[in-house]
Amino acid sequence: MESNSSNILSQSVQDDGFLSIAGKILNSRVIVGTGKYDTLELMRETLKASGTSCVTVAVRREKLYDRDGKNLLDFIDLQRYTLLPNTAGCFNATDAVRVARLGREILRDLENPGADWVKLEVLGDSKTLLPDPVATLEACKRLVDDGFHVLCYTSDCPIMAVRLKEAGAASVMPAGSPIGSGQGILNPNNLRIILEYLKGDDPSYPVIVDAGVGTASDVSQVFELGADGVLLNTAIAHARKPVLMAEAIKNAALAGRQAFLAGRIPKRLYATASSPEEGLITSRPW
Amino acid sequence: MLTIEFNGKQEQIDGSATILDLLQKAGVEPKFCAVEVNLEILPKHQYASHRIHEGDRIEVVTLVGGG
Repeated sequence: MESNSSNILSQSVQDDGFLSIAGKILNSRVIVGTGKYDTLELMRETLKASGTSCVTVAVRREKLYDRDGKNLLDFIDLQRYTLLPNTAGCFNATDAVRVARLGREILRDLENPGADWVKLEVLGDSKTLLPDPVATLEACKRLVDDGFHVLCYTSDCPIMAVRLKEAGAASVMPAGSPIGSGQGILNPNNLRIILEYLKGDDPSYPVIVDAGVGTASDVSQVFELGADGVLLNTAIAHARKPVLMAEAIKNAALAGRQAFLAGRIPKRLYATASSPEEGLITSRPW
Repeated sequence: MLTIEFNGKQEQIDGSATILDLLQKAGVEPKFCAVEVNLEILPKHQYASHRIHEGDRIEVVTLVGGG
Protein backbone atom coordinates (compact mmCIF):
# COMPACT_ATOMS: atom_id res chain seq x y z
CA MET A 1 0.00 0.00 0.00
CA GLU A 2 2.77 2.35 0.96
CA SER A 3 4.80 1.67 -2.16
CA ASN A 4 1.75 2.15 -4.40
CA SER A 5 0.96 5.61 -3.16
CA SER A 6 4.64 6.56 -3.24
CA ASN A 7 4.89 5.46 -6.86
CA ILE A 8 1.91 7.55 -7.89
CA LEU A 9 3.51 10.57 -6.32
CA SER A 10 7.05 10.06 -7.56
CA GLN A 11 5.99 9.56 -11.18
CA SER A 12 4.38 12.93 -11.16
CA VAL A 13 7.23 15.00 -9.79
CA GLN A 14 8.20 17.63 -12.31
CA ASP A 15 10.42 20.26 -10.77
CA ASP A 16 12.69 19.88 -7.84
CA GLY A 17 14.32 22.02 -5.21
CA PHE A 18 11.42 24.43 -5.54
CA LEU A 19 8.19 24.76 -3.67
CA SER A 20 5.37 26.16 -5.79
CA ILE A 21 2.38 27.65 -3.97
CA ALA A 22 -0.42 29.51 -5.73
CA GLY A 23 1.81 30.17 -8.72
CA LYS A 24 4.68 31.52 -6.65
CA ILE A 25 7.97 29.73 -6.48
CA LEU A 26 9.97 29.40 -3.29
CA ASN A 27 13.61 28.38 -3.67
CA SER A 28 13.56 26.25 -0.55
CA ARG A 29 11.11 23.65 0.67
CA VAL A 30 11.69 24.74 4.25
CA ILE A 31 9.60 27.55 5.74
CA VAL A 32 10.96 28.88 9.01
CA GLY A 33 9.29 30.76 11.84
CA THR A 34 10.82 33.93 13.24
CA GLY A 35 9.67 33.50 16.86
CA LYS A 36 11.47 32.45 20.04
CA TYR A 37 15.04 33.39 19.14
CA ASP A 38 17.14 34.87 21.93
CA THR A 39 18.01 37.88 19.77
CA LEU A 40 17.00 39.25 16.39
CA GLU A 41 20.64 39.00 15.30
CA LEU A 42 20.60 35.27 16.05
CA MET A 43 17.34 34.92 14.14
CA ARG A 44 18.90 36.57 11.10
CA GLU A 45 21.91 34.22 11.16
CA THR A 46 19.68 31.22 11.66
CA LEU A 47 17.36 32.02 8.77
CA LYS A 48 20.40 32.37 6.54
CA ALA A 49 21.77 28.99 7.63
CA SER A 50 18.44 27.28 7.00
CA GLY A 51 18.49 28.27 3.33
CA THR A 52 14.83 29.24 3.57
CA SER A 53 13.22 31.77 1.28
CA CYS A 54 9.97 32.14 3.22
CA VAL A 55 9.50 33.04 6.86
CA THR A 56 6.42 33.30 9.03
CA VAL A 57 5.65 36.37 11.12
CA ALA A 58 2.95 37.24 13.64
CA VAL A 59 0.70 40.32 13.90
CA ARG A 60 0.72 41.98 17.31
CA ARG A 61 0.02 45.33 18.92
CA GLU A 62 2.74 47.93 18.49
CA LYS A 63 4.63 48.72 21.65
CA LEU A 64 3.84 52.34 22.33
CA TYR A 65 6.10 54.95 23.91
CA ASP A 66 8.64 52.47 25.27
CA ARG A 67 9.95 51.08 22.00
CA ASP A 68 13.54 49.88 21.95
CA GLY A 69 13.85 51.03 18.36
CA LYS A 70 14.19 47.51 16.95
CA ASN A 71 11.61 46.19 14.53
CA LEU A 72 11.63 42.60 13.33
CA LEU A 73 11.51 43.87 9.76
CA ASP A 74 14.87 45.61 10.23
CA PHE A 75 16.35 42.11 10.54
CA ILE A 76 14.63 40.45 7.60
CA ASP A 77 15.80 41.09 4.05
CA LEU A 78 12.52 41.67 2.26
CA GLN A 79 14.15 41.09 -1.12
CA ARG A 80 15.33 37.67 -0.05
CA TYR A 81 12.45 36.34 2.03
CA THR A 82 8.76 36.07 1.31
CA LEU A 83 6.91 36.99 4.48
CA LEU A 84 4.07 34.71 5.48
CA PRO A 85 1.95 36.44 8.14
CA ASN A 86 0.15 34.08 10.48
CA THR A 87 -3.02 34.27 12.53
CA ALA A 88 -1.43 32.64 15.55
CA GLY A 89 -3.32 33.20 18.77
CA CYS A 90 -6.74 33.40 17.12
CA PHE A 91 -9.47 31.18 18.55
CA ASN A 92 -12.36 32.07 16.24
CA ALA A 93 -12.87 32.75 12.55
CA THR A 94 -13.70 36.45 12.98
CA ASP A 95 -10.45 37.18 14.82
CA ALA A 96 -8.45 35.17 12.29
CA VAL A 97 -9.93 37.09 9.35
CA ARG A 98 -9.28 40.39 11.13
CA VAL A 99 -5.65 39.52 11.87
CA ALA A 100 -5.08 38.24 8.34
CA ARG A 101 -6.33 41.54 6.89
CA LEU A 102 -4.10 43.55 9.21
CA GLY A 103 -1.11 41.45 8.17
CA ARG A 104 -1.91 42.07 4.53
CA GLU A 105 -2.19 45.79 5.21
CA ILE A 106 1.26 45.91 6.82
CA LEU A 107 2.83 44.06 3.90
CA ARG A 108 0.97 45.90 1.17
CA ASP A 109 3.40 48.81 0.94
CA LEU A 110 6.52 46.74 1.52
CA GLU A 111 6.33 45.23 -1.97
CA ASN A 112 6.75 41.74 -0.59
CA PRO A 113 5.24 38.84 -2.53
CA GLY A 114 3.72 37.48 0.67
CA ALA A 115 1.20 40.32 0.98
CA ASP A 116 -1.74 38.21 -0.12
CA TRP A 117 -0.59 35.11 1.72
CA VAL A 118 -1.68 34.04 5.13
CA LYS A 119 -0.82 31.11 7.32
CA LEU A 120 -4.27 30.49 8.73
CA GLU A 121 -4.29 29.12 12.22
CA VAL A 122 -7.50 29.00 14.26
CA LEU A 123 -6.90 27.27 17.54
CA GLY A 124 -9.36 25.33 19.61
CA ASP A 125 -7.59 25.01 22.90
CA SER A 126 -4.71 26.77 24.71
CA LYS A 127 -3.19 23.65 26.16
CA THR A 128 -2.87 21.57 23.02
CA LEU A 129 -2.91 24.42 20.46
CA LEU A 130 -4.77 21.99 18.24
CA PRO A 131 -6.79 23.63 15.49
CA ASP A 132 -10.54 24.19 15.74
CA PRO A 133 -11.65 22.42 12.54
CA VAL A 134 -15.05 24.11 12.23
CA ALA A 135 -13.68 27.62 12.74
CA THR A 136 -10.66 26.89 10.53
CA LEU A 137 -12.89 25.86 7.63
CA GLU A 138 -15.10 28.91 8.04
CA ALA A 139 -12.13 31.30 8.21
CA CYS A 140 -10.51 29.60 5.21
CA LYS A 141 -13.62 30.15 3.09
CA ARG A 142 -13.91 33.80 4.12
CA LEU A 143 -10.25 34.53 3.42
CA VAL A 144 -10.33 32.79 0.04
CA ASP A 145 -13.38 34.92 -0.85
CA ASP A 146 -11.39 37.97 0.22
CA GLY A 147 -8.61 37.14 -2.25
CA PHE A 148 -6.09 35.57 0.11
CA HIS A 149 -3.85 32.65 -0.72
CA VAL A 150 -4.52 30.60 2.38
CA LEU A 151 -1.86 28.23 3.68
CA CYS A 152 -3.95 26.39 6.18
CA TYR A 153 -2.73 24.83 9.39
CA THR A 154 -4.80 21.81 10.31
CA SER A 155 -4.59 18.55 12.19
CA ASP A 156 -3.49 15.38 10.41
CA CYS A 157 -7.12 14.40 9.70
CA PRO A 158 -7.40 13.40 6.02
CA ILE A 159 -11.09 14.33 5.77
CA MET A 160 -10.46 17.82 7.10
CA ALA A 161 -7.52 18.18 4.69
CA VAL A 162 -9.83 17.37 1.77
CA ARG A 163 -12.44 19.86 3.01
CA LEU A 164 -9.86 22.62 3.25
CA LYS A 165 -8.55 21.95 -0.23
CA GLU A 166 -12.13 22.04 -1.54
CA ALA A 167 -12.60 25.36 0.28
CA GLY A 168 -9.79 26.81 -1.82
CA ALA A 169 -6.74 26.60 0.46
CA ALA A 170 -3.58 27.25 -1.57
CA SER A 171 -1.81 24.70 0.61
CA VAL A 172 -3.02 22.37 3.31
CA MET A 173 -0.56 22.18 6.20
CA PRO A 174 -1.19 19.23 8.49
CA ALA A 175 0.55 19.11 11.85
CA GLY A 176 2.98 16.31 12.54
CA SER A 177 2.25 16.74 16.27
CA PRO A 178 1.22 19.68 18.48
CA ILE A 179 2.88 23.06 17.91
CA GLY A 180 6.22 23.38 19.66
CA SER A 181 5.98 19.86 21.12
CA GLY A 182 8.92 18.43 19.20
CA GLN A 183 7.22 15.05 19.04
CA GLY A 184 7.84 14.65 15.32
CA ILE A 185 5.43 12.85 13.02
CA LEU A 186 3.04 11.00 15.29
CA ASN A 187 0.82 9.50 12.62
CA PRO A 188 2.68 9.00 9.36
CA ASN A 189 -0.20 6.92 8.02
CA ASN A 190 -2.55 9.90 8.21
CA LEU A 191 0.01 11.97 6.33
CA ARG A 192 0.27 9.23 3.70
CA ILE A 193 -3.50 9.33 3.27
CA ILE A 194 -3.55 13.13 3.10
CA LEU A 195 -0.82 13.11 0.46
CA GLU A 196 -2.67 10.51 -1.57
CA TYR A 197 -6.05 12.25 -1.31
CA LEU A 198 -4.76 15.76 -2.03
CA LYS A 199 -2.05 14.99 -4.57
CA GLY A 200 -3.16 11.74 -6.20
CA ASP A 201 -5.06 13.48 -9.00
CA ASP A 202 -3.40 16.86 -8.55
CA PRO A 203 0.31 16.17 -8.10
CA SER A 204 1.39 19.79 -8.04
CA TYR A 205 -0.88 20.63 -5.09
CA PRO A 206 1.43 21.61 -2.22
CA VAL A 207 1.12 19.84 1.12
CA ILE A 208 3.35 21.26 3.84
CA VAL A 209 3.84 19.63 7.20
CA ASP A 210 3.54 22.35 9.82
CA ALA A 211 4.28 21.90 13.49
CA GLY A 212 5.72 19.21 15.68
CA VAL A 213 9.19 18.88 14.18
CA GLY A 214 11.78 18.13 16.86
CA THR A 215 14.95 17.49 14.92
CA ALA A 216 16.46 16.83 11.51
CA SER A 217 15.24 13.24 11.11
CA ASP A 218 11.63 14.42 11.47
CA VAL A 219 12.19 16.71 8.50
CA SER A 220 13.69 13.89 6.45
CA GLN A 221 10.66 11.76 7.26
CA VAL A 222 8.30 14.52 6.14
CA PHE A 223 9.94 14.58 2.73
CA GLU A 224 10.39 10.83 2.46
CA LEU A 225 6.63 10.55 2.84
CA GLY A 226 6.21 12.83 -0.16
CA ALA A 227 5.29 16.16 1.39
CA ASP A 228 6.21 19.27 -0.58
CA GLY A 229 7.42 21.37 2.29
CA VAL A 230 7.92 21.69 6.00
CA LEU A 231 7.27 24.61 8.32
CA LEU A 232 9.05 24.79 11.65
CA ASN A 233 10.15 27.24 14.29
CA THR A 234 10.79 25.88 17.78
CA ALA A 235 13.01 22.97 16.70
CA ILE A 236 15.48 25.52 15.36
CA ALA A 237 14.98 28.48 17.68
CA HIS A 238 15.21 26.44 20.87
CA ALA A 239 18.01 24.12 19.80
CA ARG A 240 21.15 24.56 21.86
CA LYS A 241 22.84 25.85 18.71
CA PRO A 242 20.13 27.27 16.47
CA VAL A 243 22.39 28.11 13.51
CA LEU A 244 23.80 24.58 13.44
CA MET A 245 20.32 23.05 13.74
CA ALA A 246 19.10 25.25 10.89
CA GLU A 247 21.83 23.84 8.69
CA ALA A 248 20.97 20.30 9.80
CA ILE A 249 17.33 20.93 8.88
CA LYS A 250 18.35 22.20 5.46
CA ASN A 251 20.42 19.08 4.83
CA ALA A 252 17.71 16.81 6.21
CA ALA A 253 15.13 18.33 3.88
CA LEU A 254 17.40 17.74 0.92
CA ALA A 255 18.19 14.17 2.00
CA GLY A 256 14.53 13.35 2.57
CA ARG A 257 13.44 14.82 -0.74
CA GLN A 258 16.19 12.99 -2.63
CA ALA A 259 15.25 9.73 -0.91
CA PHE A 260 11.60 10.26 -1.88
CA LEU A 261 12.55 10.92 -5.52
CA ALA A 262 14.90 7.94 -5.50
CA GLY A 263 12.12 5.69 -4.22
CA ARG A 264 12.62 3.65 -1.09
CA ILE A 265 12.61 -0.13 -1.19
CA PRO A 266 9.54 -1.88 0.19
CA LYS A 267 9.82 -3.18 3.71
CA ARG A 268 10.08 -6.98 3.97
CA LEU A 269 9.72 -9.26 6.92
CA TYR A 270 12.72 -11.42 5.99
CA ALA A 271 16.23 -10.67 4.89
CA THR A 272 17.43 -10.59 1.30
CA ALA A 273 21.16 -11.24 0.90
CA SER A 274 23.22 -8.55 -0.76
CA SER A 275 26.09 -10.92 -1.68
CA PRO A 276 25.58 -13.61 -4.32
CA GLU A 277 24.42 -17.11 -3.42
CA GLU A 278 26.42 -18.56 -6.28
CA GLY A 279 30.00 -19.61 -5.64
CA LEU A 280 29.71 -19.90 -1.89
CA ILE A 281 32.51 -22.03 -0.42
CA THR A 282 30.80 -22.45 2.93
CA SER A 283 27.96 -24.69 4.04
CA ARG A 284 24.85 -23.44 5.83
CA PRO A 285 23.16 -24.90 8.90
CA TRP A 286 19.70 -25.31 7.26
CA MET B 1 -9.30 66.87 24.42
CA LEU B 2 -10.68 63.59 23.16
CA THR B 3 -10.76 60.32 25.03
CA ILE B 4 -9.96 57.35 22.86
CA GLU B 5 -9.02 53.71 23.32
CA PHE B 6 -5.54 53.22 21.91
CA ASN B 7 -4.27 49.63 21.78
CA GLY B 8 -6.60 48.71 24.60
CA LYS B 9 -5.78 51.66 26.88
CA GLN B 10 -7.68 54.88 27.51
CA GLU B 11 -5.81 57.86 26.19
CA GLN B 12 -6.32 61.63 25.94
CA ILE B 13 -5.50 63.28 22.65
CA ASP B 14 -5.75 66.77 21.19
CA GLY B 15 -9.10 67.50 19.57
CA SER B 16 -7.67 68.17 16.10
CA ALA B 17 -5.24 65.23 16.04
CA THR B 18 -4.89 62.93 13.07
CA ILE B 19 -3.82 59.30 13.06
CA LEU B 20 -0.35 60.38 11.93
CA ASP B 21 -0.13 62.73 14.94
CA LEU B 22 -1.07 59.86 17.21
CA LEU B 23 1.53 57.54 15.69
CA GLN B 24 4.26 60.16 15.97
CA LYS B 25 3.33 60.87 19.58
CA ALA B 26 3.55 57.16 20.37
CA GLY B 27 6.84 56.73 18.51
CA VAL B 28 5.47 54.33 15.92
CA GLU B 29 7.10 53.94 12.51
CA PRO B 30 4.16 54.15 10.06
CA LYS B 31 6.02 52.11 7.43
CA PHE B 32 5.83 48.89 9.44
CA CYS B 33 2.36 49.17 10.93
CA ALA B 34 -1.32 48.81 10.15
CA VAL B 35 -4.03 50.91 11.76
CA GLU B 36 -7.58 49.93 12.56
CA VAL B 37 -10.15 52.54 13.58
CA ASN B 38 -13.29 51.03 15.10
CA LEU B 39 -12.43 47.66 13.50
CA GLU B 40 -12.01 49.17 10.01
CA ILE B 41 -8.54 49.19 8.47
CA LEU B 42 -7.39 52.71 7.63
CA PRO B 43 -5.29 52.88 4.43
CA LYS B 44 -1.82 54.36 4.92
CA HIS B 45 -2.45 57.31 2.63
CA GLN B 46 -5.20 58.49 4.99
CA TYR B 47 -3.05 58.61 8.14
CA ALA B 48 -2.21 62.29 7.68
CA SER B 49 -5.76 63.38 6.94
CA HIS B 50 -7.93 61.13 9.10
CA ARG B 51 -9.05 63.00 12.21
CA ILE B 52 -9.65 61.16 15.44
CA HIS B 53 -13.10 61.26 17.03
CA GLU B 54 -14.25 60.97 20.62
CA GLY B 55 -14.50 57.37 21.71
CA ASP B 56 -12.61 55.93 18.71
CA ARG B 57 -11.11 52.52 19.25
CA ILE B 58 -7.75 52.55 17.55
CA GLU B 59 -5.49 49.56 17.12
CA VAL B 60 -1.95 49.82 15.77
CA VAL B 61 -0.24 46.55 14.94
CA THR B 62 3.08 45.49 13.50
CA LEU B 63 4.86 42.26 12.65
CA VAL B 64 6.75 40.34 15.32
CA GLY B 65 8.53 37.01 15.39
CA GLY B 66 6.19 34.04 15.13
CA GLY B 67 5.84 30.54 13.78
